Amino acid sequence: MGTTITIKNLTKRFGDVVAVNNVSLTVEAGTFLTLLGPSGCGKTTLLRCVAGLEDPDEGEIYIGDKLVYSRARGISVPAGQRDVGLVFQNYALWPHMTVYKNMSFALEIRKLPKSEIDKRVKESLAEVKMLGYENRYPREMSGGQQQRIALARMLAYRPKVFLMDEPLSNLDARLRMDMRAELKRLHHVAGATTIYVTHDQVEALTMSSLIAVMKDGVLQQVDTPDRVYRCPSNLFVADFIGNPKVNLLEGVVDGQGHVDLGEFKVPVSVCGVQGKVVLAVRPEDIAVYTEPTMGAVESSVYSVLPSGADSTIVARVGEREITIRVPGISSLKMDDRVWLGFDPRTINLYDGNSGNLIAVREA
Amino acid sequence: MSVPEVLQPPLSLRVLAAYRRFIRWLTSARVLLALILLVMMVYLILIPLYRMVETTLTYQERDVLAVPDAVPGELTTYHWVRMLASRISKVFLYAPLQHSLVVATGATLLAMLIGSILAWLVIRTDMPGRNLINNLATIPYIMPSWTIAMAWKVLFNTRVAGGTPGLLEYLIGRPVPTWLAYGPIPIIVSSALHYYTFFFLFVSAALMSIDSNLEEAAELMGSSRGRILRRITFPLVLPALLSGFIMTFSKVMGTFGGPNVLGTPVRYYVIATMIRSNVAIGEFADAFVLAIVLILFTIVTIYINQRLIGTRKSYETIGGRGFVAHVARLRRWRGVLAAAVIIFQVLVIALPLGLLAYDTFMLRSGDFSLSNFTLHYWIGKSDINIANGAPGVLRNPKIYSSAWNSIRLSLATAFFTALLGVILGYAIVKGRGTRLSKLVEQISFVPYVIPGIAFGAVYISMFSKRVGPIPPLYGTFALLVVVSVAKHIPYSARSGVSAMLQVGRELEEAGQIAGANLWERFKRIIFPLTSAGFVSGFLLTFITTMRELSLIILLVTPATQVLASQTMRYTENGDDQMANAVILILITLVLIGNFLIGRFRGGSLKKGLGM
Repeated sequence: MGTTITIKNLTKRFGDVVAVNNVSLTVEAGTFLTLLGPSGCGKTTLLRCVAGLEDPDEGEIYIGDKLVYSRARGISVPAGQRDVGLVFQNYALWPHMTVYKNMSFALEIRKLPKSEIDKRVKESLAEVKMLGYENRYPREMSGGQQQRIALARMLAYRPKVFLMDEPLSNLDARLRMDMRAELKRLHHVAGATTIYVTHDQVEALTMSSLIAVMKDGVLQQVDTPDRVYRCPSNLFVADFIGNPKVNLLEGVVDGQGHVDLGEFKVPVSVCGVQGKVVLAVRPEDIAVYTEPTMGAVESSVYSVLPSGADSTIVARVGEREITIRVPGISSLKMDDRVWLGFDPRTINLYDGNSGNLIAVREA
Repeated sequence: MSVPEVLQPPLSLRVLAAYRRFIRWLTSARVLLALILLVMMVYLILIPLYRMVETTLTYQERDVLAVPDAVPGELTTYHWVRMLASRISKVFLYAPLQHSLVVATGATLLAMLIGSILAWLVIRTDMPGRNLINNLATIPYIMPSWTIAMAWKVLFNTRVAGGTPGLLEYLIGRPVPTWLAYGPIPIIVSSALHYYTFFFLFVSAALMSIDSNLEEAAELMGSSRGRILRRITFPLVLPALLSGFIMTFSKVMGTFGGPNVLGTPVRYYVIATMIRSNVAIGEFADAFVLAIVLILFTIVTIYINQRLIGTRKSYETIGGRGFVAHVARLRRWRGVLAAAVIIFQVLVIALPLGLLAYDTFMLRSGDFSLSNFTLHYWIGKSDINIANGAPGVLRNPKIYSSAWNSIRLSLATAFFTALLGVILGYAIVKGRGTRLSKLVEQISFVPYVIPGIAFGAVYISMFSKRVGPIPPLYGTFALLVVVSVAKHIPYSARSGVSAMLQVGRELEEAGQIAGANLWERFKRIIFPLTSAGFVSGFLLTFITTMRELSLIILLVTPATQVLASQTMRYTENGDDQMANAVILILITLVLIGNFLIGRFRGGSLKKGLGM
């Protein structure tokens, strides 16, 4: 099932801009890998290099054990011969062809018999629940329907690798939710190795088996969604993942098991760390008490933002703002006095200078 | 699975890799097409230009007669000195150049006046019949440019200048002054009535895009009407006026037909007609010197205008969305003005056609009485006493073959131009940002700055001898197609680029991913998606080629005669009735073509002008 994709030391430049900078990445067979990062981070370029739509400037790409790109050997297999499928952000359905023609295009190129083409088109349409739309033109369908057809067009010729470039970004929020579930299911059924590009961290967290976070063309972290969320390898990843955002507090390790933040101290369970650090703690990992509690820090409620399933509370200790997430609708009011409890086991520490992770949480 | 580390490979492998990369670059779709186009354009545009310059700088075979110690093929400034600084310079170069400048400037200014006033009336007043005026305005332009000149001759011809009397002289019984019959004034007026369409289209587009709020703002500040027009409206349409100026000026500079009909008989030569007469007597090198001078003048004009437009282009973005058209009320002048404009337009169209038709029914030129009526020039059998024995046009095999040549020349040119447009568009758009793409785009623009007659001259020098595998094309029908297609390259590139920009790059990439090769992508994705532009480009090229004269006049031979050149041949032989009958046939064909364009959605003269 599926095919391994191996990317070695890949670099792609556009003039002076390094879009992809020395990226090495192995995507095991059947993996759903998400390339995640802010716009302009090089994730789409990397995807297009794998697809064969861009020629990189350095490095190698293997799909399975087939070398599809190598600068050193001067090899670049054309996109059509890499056995990959690509769903474009704007779907790129051919406006002058019906749904059927859009889907049979690749099959006709592959010179499949008519009956087989017919069978595959019907099957793929069934998979995306669009049977009966064969004779529609793209402009006669809604965005969501076009999205499904774009998927079906890829499924019809059964590529070994699925590539998707922000396929859900043009859909409204509600449809996007539905399609996430569909896509995850499709990947599960087809089992094809998938590289999925998005700037939406929720999409990445909900769908992937592996997330690769990129910034300025450089790979920041490749890990499971759980690890990326709980143990971001540097401050950029920590800050980028999670909503509401992680609390990043600058301080100094005092050598007595505490990080001194100025206004207060937080106990940490690390040894051997010294100097300036940034303490990272997720909003849901901070406990809120309404009366003085051992070890908890006194603060005042700056704002309360309930959103149904949970509430976000912004509290202030001196000049520092700390975000906390609590389940349900909070009964706190603005300017209430609360005590914040930090659990040393949920705290990550980052080097104050390099921003790299130096001490990992235990739980 | 494990993958071997990337190691520094031995030199032989690195050379192989570099070679493979080069081959891949070379065979990638955009590069391959760009290179093919580049070779083609170098061959069709740059080499002919070079050969033309080279010819002016070397002794020709015939120069031995004038310069005893001349060695044919040897480098010399003889031709340049002869044309620029000798006894004959004034007659051969300076006088024609002065005439060309006078005629081009005069015609451009007059066309500007007519076109702008009409545009303002149509767009900015509550005048009735504006649709009709709009439609009528384009008709003079689609007719051959020398139509009005030929009709002018029927109306104003005079015995004083050695011709037969025109209708006016016949009616008033006194000779018409020569200045009214021939020379700069008739050429200026007849050209202006043809080219005012440019200004009409450019200025009405500009006026339509100006938000009236800008003018109303001035009105609120207490500005007078005249002041608003002068201080607000005029600066805003200035870029459009300048664009119209470039197009008209360079066209008139290179126009052969009108000056040949109304200037040559009284030895009022312009550069275009002087080039022709030098070619006719075999003085190619001298003709080429004139052509180069013409090209240089055109380039300078365009350069100056571009500099002027440059900073002002930004105005074009003004307005657009949700603008309010401020319409001037003409009150009781509405009807009068509308009638005046429509009568003017109909006269400009119908009067020439009527005069031409009238002329073809006169047995002897100059006798406008009913007793002189004949159908001989249309359906008569050959009579050695009439029109040098040529049978009437409708039973004249020469006319049929010319008509067929015109049609197939226009069809072939239209087809190749439209095809080239899509390919040029692809190569330029896909390669955006690369030097290769820029080079293709720049070279494709070169024919734009070469006036028609000079472009034709360029091709004499190029294709008179065998070049590599290409046989000497001079005198062949193929050469007419080649020169017509080459001259259209700037327009086809521009329309091709805009058509290609409409096709998102993902649409082609989706085809690439699906495994379609270049040919399949063109056939199944790119051609179908650009077909609307292809068809309208095809039809527009069809009519512009049909009525093109300046470009091909130096290249036609009796065997490859087209209708346009046939009219000139008859005029020059003094067979005016035959010439006029032929031009009426030509106009009929062009109007049929134009009707087809009207039927075809999306095609318009504006698009054809690359606006």
